[in-house]
Amino acid sequence: MTTYRIGVLAAVLLILAGGAPGWAADDYQEASRLFKDGRRTEALERVNAFLAQHSKDARARFLKGVILTEQGKTDEAIKVFTELTADYPELPEPYNNLAVLYAGQGDYEKARRALEMAIRTHPSYAIAHENLGDIYATLASQAYDKALQLDSSNAAARKKLALIKELVPAKGTAALARAEPDKPAIATPTPKPETPASTPAAKPAPEQPGQAAAEKAPGDAEATTAIVAMLDGWARAWSDNDADAYLSFYAPDFTTPNGEARKDWEASRRQRLAKPRKIKVTASSPRVKFADNTHAIVSFRQSYTSANLNSVGTKSLKVVRVGDRWLIQQELIEK
Amino acid sequence: MGSRPSQLARALRMPETMLVEALIDVRNNRLDAALKRVDALLAVKPDFRLAQLVKGDLLMARARAIPTLGAAQAPADRLDDLRAEARARFARYSLQPPANRVPRYLLQLEPLQRYAVVVDTARSTLYLFENRDGTPRYLTDYYITVGKNGINKLREGDKKTPLGVYHVTSELPRERLDAFYGSGAFPISYPNEWDARQGRNGHGIWLHGTPRDTYSRPPRASDGCVVLANEDLEELKKRVQIGLTPVIITDRVDWVEPAVAKALRATLNERLEGWRADWESRNTERYLRNYARSFVADNANLAQWSAQKRRVSLGKEWIKVRLSAVSVFLYPGRDDLAVVSFVQDYASNNLSNKMRKRQYWIQEGGSWKILYEGAG
Repeated sequence: MTTYRIGVLAAVLLILAGGAPGWAADDYQEASRLFKDGRRTEALERVNAFLAQHSKDARARFLKGVILTEQGKTDEAIKVFTELTADYPELPEPYNNLAVLYAGQGDYEKARRALEMAIRTHPSYAIAHENLGDIYATLASQAYDKALQLDSSNAAARKKLALIKELVPAKGTAALARAEPDKPAIATPTPKPETPASTPAAKPAPEQPGQAAAEKAPGDAEATTAIVAMLDGWARAWSDNDADAYLSFYAPDFTTPNGEARKDWEASRRQRLAKPRKIKVTASSPRVKFADNTHAIVSFRQSYTSANLNSVGTKSLKVVRVGDRWLIQQELIEK
Repeated sequence: MGSRPSQLARALRMPETMLVEALIDVRNNRLDAALKRVDALLAVKPDFRLAQLVKGDLLMARARAIPTLGAAQAPADRLDDLRAEARARFARYSLQPPANRVPRYLLQLEPLQRYAVVVDTARSTLYLFENRDGTPRYLTDYYITVGKNGINKLREGDKKTPLGVYHVTSELPRERLDAFYGSGAFPISYPNEWDARQGRNGHGIWLHGTPRDTYSRPPRASDGCVVLANEDLEELKKRVQIGLTPVIITDRVDWVEPAVAKALRATLNERLEGWRADWESRNTERYLRNYARSFVADNANLAQWSAQKRRVSLGKEWIKVRLSAVSVFLYPGRDDLAVVSFVQDYASNNLSNKMRKRQYWIQEGGSWKILYEGAG
């Protein structure tokens, strides 16, 4: 068992030390140089060419992951690093970079798990420690936001974690690797299916996929404006005793207050509004909460002024989008 | 009577239990175990704000020492609210209703009242009892929130929770409620006749749930309502009987030996029977001796009531009164006031009727007298 483990380790280290045959090794060096020069596309081509020959090479796969990361191809990069952690669970670097990618997507819990794995394998691994410290702080701040209902505008706190750019073999291991110079890729650690040399180009990943998803909430400023405008129109129609206009603000599936038939409810409203009277209804300080893109609750201060009654109170309406109009679906009970 | 909580009760307590056990881990300096527990809890209850606070602290603790619960930079009142919830839940964790004791208020439940609710505002706890042959048997209890400004409601808008003997008057389904009230609401009968007599006012005291994104609210946060977690309210919903289920709210439940409750129950039943027999006897003066000097009915004081009774009695050749479905509750905070409800089946030579009645009995000069009587 022990022997086997040493053998595997030796093979890994050998790969890390770049013990592959000449021209291919040059491909790797060239890819690395191109990448450092900022020529990512060419670097990726080179590294893919190298991997076509040495599909298990950890250092090249790592470089590929780093290039994809910098190209913003987050999903592909995650795939590369995830496979590396599966094949070489003892290496902390792929975990670290996975954490960087997850954090970039706003998934700090996944980032935390990855970094904790990195530290489990290498307790003294400084970058992972620093990164984990940042993740803990971010997660703590998120938890506090949820606990205390603070405005979660801590997007600024979204930390840019340190990506590790290159797999460098630890000192003192190169000699061990050279002990078996002739068996480079044969003893690769796992019999896992090979990754295709060039990952099929998936649809281009959006620039910041995590961000878009995290901030996507139903409703928008336009819908809010439309709902507020509807509210004003409704209050005006009521003030003007304009029954037709008033009733047109109610959705076809409006829930009548006491469960009466729509027809009866309409009749009673018409009767009320037909009485000649001077009233003024205003709706102010509206707040809109979207349930989804077509449903919302609007709460506001309703002030009602007539000869007999002045009342101010908060009121909430369930509103629904019907075609291009927002209509009242239900008047909610208020105390 | 005290007994072990059911499996369901334990399941509903799970979030609280996990939270408190995480806090115990913290106290014993097992921070990793605490964080694991809180993570597991938040996986099921992400809206449990107090758990989020503990999680934040545990993560911050990896960077620096945390002096107290809630190391966040945040408005002090919100942190204080959550700390108060932590204290309340910690206290509830080890809380068991005393074995073989009953709340002294539940003297007698009528057969149709299958359950009774007793709220202990000091312990942020709502106890649910089952009616076993007229006496209460503890079923379970829930964490609750009461009024922002505490208890002893007096005025409309004072954001206090009333103390007294009430019952559930109706149910407002979720569909007709603002989302703020969660999965439903049960208005209770505040202000009752005793409240009205003391000039207490206000309305709209409900038992209700929490908004969808809120597992629980701090111990003191409502406008006077009693607020339960939605899942707890759902359980309560299965048992509440509109118009029947008593809701007794007290600042601290007084638990007594069943024998104590039994003795008082017997005394009050005896007095009720005396009143009934005196009525049947058609001896109006003896009948009127059952009423307190400060008696008030809905539209009459004792003098007016007496005059009316004397007038009516002239035409009576015989009277038969039968009482059934009798419930008896001692008023919280008072040893000398009880609420008695029953169905009264009245027959006489010239009038018969059947009605639900409620009486308030008070101790006056060492014996129990009727302070109020009306339809119940």
